[in-house]
Amino acid sequence: MIDDFPLFPESASTVSGSVDALYFFLIAVCGAVSLAVVVLIIFFAIKYRRTASNQIPEHYEEHKALEIGWIIAPLFPMMIMFLWGAKVYFTIARPPDNALEVYATGRQWMWKFQHVGGQSEINELHVPVNRAVKVIAASEDVIHDFYVPAFRVKTDVLPNRYSTTWFQATKIGRYHLFCAEYCGTQHSGMIGWVTVMEPAAYQQWLAGGVNEGSPAAIGKSLFEKYACNTCHNAQSGARGPALDGAFGKPVSLRGGAVVRRDENYLRESILNPQAKIVEGYEPIMPTFKGQVNEAELIQLISYIKSLGAPVGAGGPATPDKGSGVSAAPGASAQPGSAASPSLPAVQPGVAPGPDGRGAAAGAEPSASGSAVREAKQP
Amino acid sequence: MTTTVIDVPEIPVVEKPNYLNQEYGAVSWLLTQDHKRIGILYLLSVTGMFLLGGFFAVLMRLELVTPAGDLFSSDTYNKLFTLHGLVMIFFFLIPSIPAVLGNFILPIMLGARDLAFPKLNLLSWYLYMIGTAFSLLVVLLGGVDTGWTFYTPFSTSFSNTHVVLMIIGAFVAGFSSILTGFNFIVTIHRMRAPGLTWFRLPLFVWAMYATSIIMLLGTPVIAITLSLVAIERLLHVGIFDPAIGGDPLLFQHLFWFYSHPAVYIMILPAMGVTSEVIAAFTRRRIFGYKFVAFSSLAIAFLGFLVWAHHMFVAGISVYSAMIFSLLSFLVAIPSAVKVFNWTGTLYKGSISYQTPMLFALGFIGLFLIGGMTGLFLATMGLDIHVHDTYFIVAHFHYIMVGGSVMGYFAGIHYWWPKITGRMYAEWWARASAVLIFAGFNLTFFPQFILGYLGMPRRYHAYSPEFQILNVMSSAGASILALGYALPMFYFAWSLKFGKEAGNNPWGAAGLEWQTSSPPPTENFHTTPVVTWEAYEYRPEWSDGNV
Repeated sequence: MIDDFPLFPESASTVSGSVDALYFFLIAVCGAVSLAVVVLIIFFAIKYRRTASNQIPEHYEEHKALEIGWIIAPLFPMMIMFLWGAKVYFTIARPPDNALEVYATGRQWMWKFQHVGGQSEINELHVPVNRAVKVIAASEDVIHDFYVPAFRVKTDVLPNRYSTTWFQATKIGRYHLFCAEYCGTQHSGMIGWVTVMEPAAYQQWLAGGVNEGSPAAIGKSLFEKYACNTCHNAQSGARGPALDGAFGKPVSLRGGAVVRRDENYLRESILNPQAKIVEGYEPIMPTFKGQVNEAELIQLISYIKSLGAPVGAGGPATPDKGSGVSAAPGASAQPGSAASPSLPAVQPGVAPGPDGRGAAAGAEPSASGSAVREAKQP
Repeated sequence: MTTTVIDVPEIPVVEKPNYLNQEYGAVSWLLTQDHKRIGILYLLSVTGMFLLGGFFAVLMRLELVTPAGDLFSSDTYNKLFTLHGLVMIFFFLIPSIPAVLGNFILPIMLGARDLAFPKLNLLSWYLYMIGTAFSLLVVLLGGVDTGWTFYTPFSTSFSNTHVVLMIIGAFVAGFSSILTGFNFIVTIHRMRAPGLTWFRLPLFVWAMYATSIIMLLGTPVIAITLSLVAIERLLHVGIFDPAIGGDPLLFQHLFWFYSHPAVYIMILPAMGVTSEVIAAFTRRRIFGYKFVAFSSLAIAFLGFLVWAHHMFVAGISVYSAMIFSLLSFLVAIPSAVKVFNWTGTLYKGSISYQTPMLFALGFIGLFLIGGMTGLFLATMGLDIHVHDTYFIVAHFHYIMVGGSVMGYFAGIHYWWPKITGRMYAEWWARASAVLIFAGFNLTFFPQFILGYLGMPRRYHAYSPEFQILNVMSSAGASILALGYALPMFYFAWSLKFGKEAGNNPWGAAGLEWQTSSPPPTENFHTTPVVTWEAYEYRPEWSDGNV
């Protein structure tokens, strides 16, 4: 039957301790105030119950100071909660610069993870212990939510942008991964595991799985396939801004605004190029919406990120050795999934983990996700 | 406060003419413009919807006894929680206290003959019934599976259930609530009895006033938002679905701009009832009357400024999240003020423990936990972990069920003698109050633990380690169901066998206790003139029932 009956979740990341501390602080403060109120109510309820001698309540003057007091007093503990909560929130919102990046794609009803080295897995995520991992997530259909309770991190995964969260696991083990935003029929089946490994075992796992080629390397060929390089090159007079070393840097737009060229900027500039025009360039780029799918977006962005990046940072675009670029899942097998009304059947591009669980999980997700949209009533 | 000039009608031995025996027949009810009869119509309809919503909840709790999704299909389960939410929120909680108790009691409390616009009042009931008919049609046709929140793009481009029909139902019912709010505001402004100044009003009236403002200002926004969902779904105009050029977060902003204030539509009236009941059963004026009155308005105002605390993990900017977090803490202050003042009212009171008081005290305890856990959710770093888990489910049920439904039951018991002229069975009613309180806590307290453990809400199947807490929750739900079933019987029993209630069985202040029970159609034979402050206890007003 049930051999465990936990009352408190495992704490397995660098932020989980601070979230728990905050939780205990709130329990202590709110518990103390609630207890005081309840004790007072019970005390009054007994002491002032209606008796033969207590038929008419005694009159007394109300003190305005008491009213003002209990309006002001709660503000102090509340401001501590607010500031402390904001501090923890900011920590979770800002990934460290040296974080290992993993791309996550949510889809009814499965998770796909794409590692920078070219490994990908479904409903399983392998990460090294004691290393910050930044998850860059987008959805192919409805809103999902990437949630790992043991790490106390959660982010909605939206269909029109990248959401990011990060964690640094502190304990080796396997932890639940849940979809926390209701997403349709198999919402409660959109679950998986995060496996935290020793660095050596992680390296072994990376080497052991099927490697589809690093996203940056595939992105390079896509960059040529879509002829991005005809405009985006380093020659003077090029029609598009050069992208070498562009990632992560601020850029001036027409109209004077300055934005940072992050993943969401690149995503928007590929799918909706007219939204932000770089100063000094014409709005001539056509949209690639409907042509470039989520997997290809990740590959193109990985390639652009690798351009001019310092060696060793966030996964360089070293060409992969095996498996062939054209066979990469998602690159050619999933045309136009973001905009087309008919999603392709799920193709399990699973890199089985050393334990073989990856493949088993990959077989599980239903392929009927596409059918829902097609079968939608008028 | 020198002398009481009040015209209490003579009490004849024969049955007095009242709103119930004035006319007979279905037509006299269906075309009535009497606020009291319309209140009864609402009472019957919202009770039906409460039973329907409760039925869905029972099925869900049955499914969740085991970790595997083995009783229903996932689609059926998803429809169950969607319909449970929609029926309970739009067709029970929002109309419950305002449309039933507010309709019946508010004009009498004001010393008025009726609401300002009796025909609009009847129209609002018909609109509610049309909305209800649509929602029942949806149930019969196979349901809807979007969650009561209708999140896009799932609701607009992916769900293949009866989303548009359900939206029409909620849309139409929304107009019922707008009309009720409008009617109440005008009535409170224009129809108070001579001498009944703003600061002599019962706090229930202040609460209804604040609620009406939210209904009037907030409901059009949800009507527009749901219309946009229907437009996108039917005409494929890109509003929310990014695949056709929309923005899904826009929906969430619009939806919560109404739906967070809607929480206050549900809880403020219950707070008003609690103030009435506590004043009556302690024989005291509510401590800090003006603070409690203004706290209702403060909640109504601040309630419009906190919507994005539902979106801390949705991808809003960290700075806007900070602002919404700060404002969410501030909205807790007026709620806390009410709890402190109710507690203060008990001090040196003359407290008796009839059923309404048990429900009111239960309300304070459960609302306290619901409100305090709200602070956990306003705390941004903590919300990331508990958002969309059972912690949220527990929190809002403590507010909605522990708060609003307890308040509604307190009010129904409190005014039952006035509405029907009969006393309910006190012993059974106390048993029901205790069962509901115990069953409620057993149902929902384990869900706080489940939520912090990380069990997401809206899960048809769940991981086995969550089972024991879920079984506790389901066991509690069965006690809760029994507690809710009992009143159906003893209230029905009381109609025939209940002891006749006098004008003022509780010895309460307030104009409604100075007319006969049940009141005559015109409420008062002569317009009362108010010369006393709110909640002024006078032994001579009591029938000596207490």
